[in-house]
This record gives sequence, C-alpha cells and structure tokens, in this order.
Amino acid sequence: MITIGYRDSSIPFSYLDDNQKPIGFAIDICSKIVEAVQKELKLDKLKVELNPVTSSTRIPLLANGTIDLECGSTTNNPDRLKQVWFTNTHFLTATRFVSKKSSKLSSIDDLKGKSVASTSGTTNIKQLTEANAARNLGINIIPAKEHAESFLMVETDRAVGAVLDDILLASFVAGSKTPDAYVISTDAFSKPEPYGIMLRKDDIEFKKVADAATAALYQSGEGQKMYDKWFMQKIPPKGLNLNTPIGPELKHEFAKPSDSPDPDSYKAM
Amino acid sequence: MFASFDFDVIRRSFGYLFLDGMTFTLTLTGLAALGGLIFGTLIALMRLSGFKLLGRIAGLYVDLMRSLPLVLVIFWFYFLVPYIGQWVTGSSRPIQVGAFTSSLVTFIMFEAAYFSEIMRAGIQSISKGQPAAAQALGLTYRQTMRYVVLPQAFRNMLPVLLTQTIVLFQDTSLVYVLSIPDFLGAASKVAQRDGRLVEMYLFAAAVYFIISCLASFGVRRLQARIAFVH
Amino acid sequence: MNYHWNWRIFWEPAPNGTGNYLDMLLSGLVLTIETAICAWIIALAFGAVVGVMRTLPSKTASSVGFAYVEFFRNMPLLVQLFIWFFVLPELLPHGSGLWLKQIPNAPFYTAAIGIGLFMSARVAEQTRAGINSLPRGQKLAATALGLTTAQAYRYVLLPMAFRIIMPPLTSEFLSTIKNTSVAITIGLIELTGEARAMQEFSFQVFEAFTGATVLYLLINVVVVIAMRFLERALAVPGYIGGK
Repeated sequence: MITIGYRDSSIPFSYLDDNQKPIGFAIDICSKIVEAVQKELKLDKLKVELNPVTSSTRIPLLANGTIDLECGSTTNNPDRLKQVWFTNTHFLTATRFVSKKSSKLSSIDDLKGKSVASTSGTTNIKQLTEANAARNLGINIIPAKEHAESFLMVETDRAVGAVLDDILLASFVAGSKTPDAYVISTDAFSKPEPYGIMLRKDDIEFKKVADAATAALYQSGEGQKMYDKWFMQKIPPKGLNLNTPIGPELKHEFAKPSDSPDPDSYKAM
Repeated sequence: MFASFDFDVIRRSFGYLFLDGMTFTLTLTGLAALGGLIFGTLIALMRLSGFKLLGRIAGLYVDLMRSLPLVLVIFWFYFLVPYIGQWVTGSSRPIQVGAFTSSLVTFIMFEAAYFSEIMRAGIQSISKGQPAAAQALGLTYRQTMRYVVLPQAFRNMLPVLLTQTIVLFQDTSLVYVLSIPDFLGAASKVAQRDGRLVEMYLFAAAVYFIISCLASFGVRRLQARIAFVH
Repeated sequence: MNYHWNWRIFWEPAPNGTGNYLDMLLSGLVLTIETAICAWIIALAFGAVVGVMRTLPSKTASSVGFAYVEFFRNMPLLVQLFIWFFVLPELLPHGSGLWLKQIPNAPFYTAAIGIGLFMSARVAEQTRAGINSLPRGQKLAATALGLTTAQAYRYVLLPMAFRIIMPPLTSEFLSTIKNTSVAITIGLIELTGEARAMQEFSFQVFEAFTGATVLYLLINVVVVIAMRFLERALAVPGYIGGK
C-alpha cells in the first residue's frame, strides 16, 4: 500500500475536481512513480490511498509515515532537505504577490503597514515574514490554511495582497470571477525556486525508483505532453486554460532532470 | 440582499457534503463517544480504586487533557500517533495510521477525560449501602461494579453523557484544521473552491444547529422521564 | 522513535526578526490571555443579563433568554467564528462590510466577540442555576422589604448567586482560554498558532507543541490558584466553603 498526500487547491498541480477527487500535474507525475514502484516490487496490484495535507501538515505527516509521497507544489530548499527528500524538479516558480488593480500596489514596499495574506507553512509566508522584518515594513500577516483561502482574503478585501508562488496566483486570478481586476507583482520575494515531489528522507531505494521514473517521464517527451495537458489546455473543473508555455529553464531541466534545491543551478537552454 | 448569492452550490455538492462529510462526522462522533465512555469509565474506576498510584496517574491524565485546547491536542495526536504505534508494535518505522483513525484516537483520548469525570460523579452518586450489600452477597469487586454500580451510574448519568456527546459532535468540526473532509471540512472545501463562503457556512451552521437542537430536545425529554421514574 | 530532538530550538532566532522561538511562543501566550480576558468580559456581561432574563417572571423575557442560549449553544464555535468573520461582512451593505473587514486586527476583535458570545450562553446557564438555587425566601423577603424586582436582583439575588457559582465560573473561564485556540482558523496567531508557526519554520514539531502545552498548563495553574483565593475571599458564611 502506498499513501499519496494531496492538496485542496494547488492548481494545476494538485487540487480537487468537481467530484472532490484530487487531480493535477503533480498527481499525474505521482501515478507514474506508483507504477514504477509496482513494477520494481513485482506486484500485481498496489493499493493507493489518498490523504489530504496542508502546507502546515505535509512535512510532519511525511516524517511520521502518514503519507509516502507528497504530490503538490512543495518548494525544494536546503532547509527542508534536512527533514525530507525531493525527487526531480517538476516546476520553477518565484514568490510574488497578487493585489487588486484598484489598490495600485506594484512593489513589495507598497505593502507597508497593510494586511497581507499568505498560506501558513509555505516558503512564501517565511519569505514574507523575513522581508517584513528586514525591511521594517510593519505588514500585518494573515496566515491562511489553504492557498484558495489566501486568495479569497484578497478577493473579499480582507487583505490587500496575497503572497504565494506566482504560478498559483496566476491560476487563482484566471479562475476568479473577474480576472481583469487583479495584478500579479513583478517585484518578487525570491528567485524562481524548484518544486519537487516530496518523499521520506533516507529511503534510498524509494528515491532511486522515484528519480528514475520521473527522469524517464521528463526525458521521453511524455513529460512535455503531460505539462501541456495541465498548462496549455482546458483543465477541470471550470475548463480554465492557463496558457503558460514551458519556460526555457524547465525545458532544460526536463532534458537533464535534477533534484537540486539551488535556484541558480537551473539554466535556460 | 441575497441577489448575488448562489445557493445552488449547496444542491450541487449535496452528495459530497452528506455522503462523505456528514458520514465522517457522525461515524467519528459515535465511535469516539463509545470509546471515550469505555476508556473514561476505566479512568474513573482507577481514580476510585483506592490504589494511590493508579488514582494519581489517572487524575494527572484527566487534569492534563482538561487543561489543553482541543485544537492543540488534535495537532499533537495527528503527528504523534504513528510514533506511538511504532513504539507499541516495536516496528522499525512509524506505523501508517491515516486521517480517520488518527482523529478517532484523538477524540477518544480527549473525551475520555471528560466522560471519566461524569462517570466518577455517577459512581459516587450510588449510595454506599449498595456495594456493601453486593459484597455481603458474596459478589467480587468486579461483579459489584459490573452488575450493581456501573449500570446504575450509567443510567443516572445518561442525560449528561448524551449532552457531552452533543458537545463532542460539535467539537469534531475542529478536524477542519487538518483539512480532513468532515462535514465542515467538506463544506469549506466547496466554499473555497467556488468562492461561496457565505452560502456554504450559513448552510453548515444551519445543519449543525438543527441536529444539535433536535438532539438536545431529545435529551431533555429523556431527562424528564428519568426524573419521573425516580 | 526516529525523531531528531532539539530542545535548544527555543533559543534559536525566529524568522520574524523579533527574537527567538521562545519569544514567539510567549507573544502567542500574551495574545491568548488578552483575547480570553476580552471574551470573558463579554461573556460575563451578556451571560449575566440573559441568565437573569431566564429567571424573570415575564414569559417573553424568559423565552428570549432561552432562544439566545439555544442559539449560541447549538452551533460549533468554529462555525460561529466563520459566520462572524467570513459571512457577516458580506451580508452588510458594501461600505460597512468593507470597513469591518479592514479594521486592523480584525481576527482579534472577531475572536473576542465570537468567543465571548459563545461563552455567554454557558455563563447564562450558570447564572440561572445560581439564582434558582437560592431559597425562595430571599426573593420574597426582598419584595416584602419594598424592593423593586431590579433592586432585589441588584442587592440580594445576584450578589448571592455569583458567589455561589464562582467554582463553575472558574471552569468556564478556563474554557474561554482554551477556546481562543479555535481562532487560529480565522488567522489569529495566539499560542497554538505560534506553536504551529514554530513547527513550520523550524520543523521541530514536538518541541513546539510541548512548549505550548507547558504554557497552557501554567496558565491553568495560575488561574485555578487565583480563583481559589477569590472564592475564599468571597465565600458566603453558612454556605459550603464559607466560614
């Protein structure tokens, strides 16, 4: 039996469709890993369990064995590598903020003294907290449980901005009732950082299988197809099309898969 | 005022809310009440057993649980239970427990502290002559408890135990913090996905309200009947 | 248990730049206490009024009191906070809803009021029980002395009732403190919230929750001791606990 941790609202990586089943780019990648595990262990059938996780619970739940794989939008960084391992990178994204155009905020410093939402347990809220302290901004940080909740804080004017990975922000804006009303900042809190599928630390065999499976997927062109399915075509449940072509850095990474946490190691082709 | 709201979202998610969410909530409430009552009665017996050390341990457990907020206890157990499983079974890895079992263990352990206080009061409400008479009849301590004291304590305390179960029913909504799809969790997932917080939370509030009201009305009737019998 | 313990984590600097992780937990403790005290004041004020209403001879007053108690008692606290925080501002006219949402520290006010009202139903029940536990003669004697109903409550019934219900009120106050943790769901970073944040930043799950646990135990002990003093000072001679 293998248990997959999924997210409620990491669109289009791992989220719930109309029937409340988890779907997404990362979920598809994980099903490839599960296939590989099944082949490796020569099993006729491998039972897959699904367990919901939040940004706050995913690392402890992986450490305590509740989940075996976390398939979502988790940033791979050196801090987390002390707790968990990641397989090959499946996306690169930077931390930015979304706000309503009407509030006319363009730089991070414009958030000074305002209420800003972010999801608790993410690298985003950590970077926001650090920027807040370093630049002495006096931002009132509202932690939300889920990414969707962070965005709703902006939609309902609870907060002027929401700080998240820019790809997630883009999908929330595109899926909102009035996409034209929002703007994502060009000013970023971080460089584009790698997302990886998270797995238990020190399980060398498991990582070997997962790395081989993801490398094969990305290099075969099937990875590109899978990417296009989630980023270039209509996706459930609302038939949204994110129209986000693969970036040169990720394209290069797909050709030469890597699990490095270092943003600078990801070069364009 | 409600013009911009879309109450159809409730109809669309009805199956998920009730077949998944409410089933989870009610199963958790029922099993946790049963487990909490059994474990709580054991704790109450430990406290009244006359063995000082046993009573002290049970007392400390009750005080500890009653001093902590349920939200904190939920976090504790969700992260800790697999390690406890590992320790108990002597396995090399933490035991895979899963969201439902983990919540169930949490609520049994937490509610046991509250149920034990109710059962303790129930046992103490039985007049001393009864166990004395039972012993005079040659019943062992175990038999006295099993056949004489506990059934009466349970019956006397039934309304209070049921009221506590209604509180438990409401408290299970706190598994929301772990994104587990209980009734409220399911409602909030739909609410956040569709941006329909107002509709879903009002509906959830109404459902909890109706169920709790009916249940407490039932308890009140039961209480009146018990009072009549006495 | 293959978990890497690190108890020194409490003295390591936290990412919010204002000190170490212990300071983070302590600031959560302060917020927990502040929220609990504000909520408790609301709970006492509303609870006393509603509790009195339920004992008045007027049928209307007692049914309004009954409806109030049932309303706040039959919904989970979490749902009530969601209603105050997410639903109420959307139901108000746009301008006032917006104002409500943009108050700085909105989670704090929402939590204090929401928890206060939730607890007030329980305080009301205790108040009613306290008044009903007084011998009927007290009310009759007060009336015979020419006191109006208001005066009878003010000078005779309530001072007695509140002193009798001190012990259950203590445990309701402790519940109020514990219930503040539910407010992490609306973004209030009180003690449990800080422990969760510490867990997320430092990955030291069990140290963070142990820290919060110890602090909660500490508040409990302090409150219980303080209330015991108060109970003794206020005990009514002739009643249990009185001299």
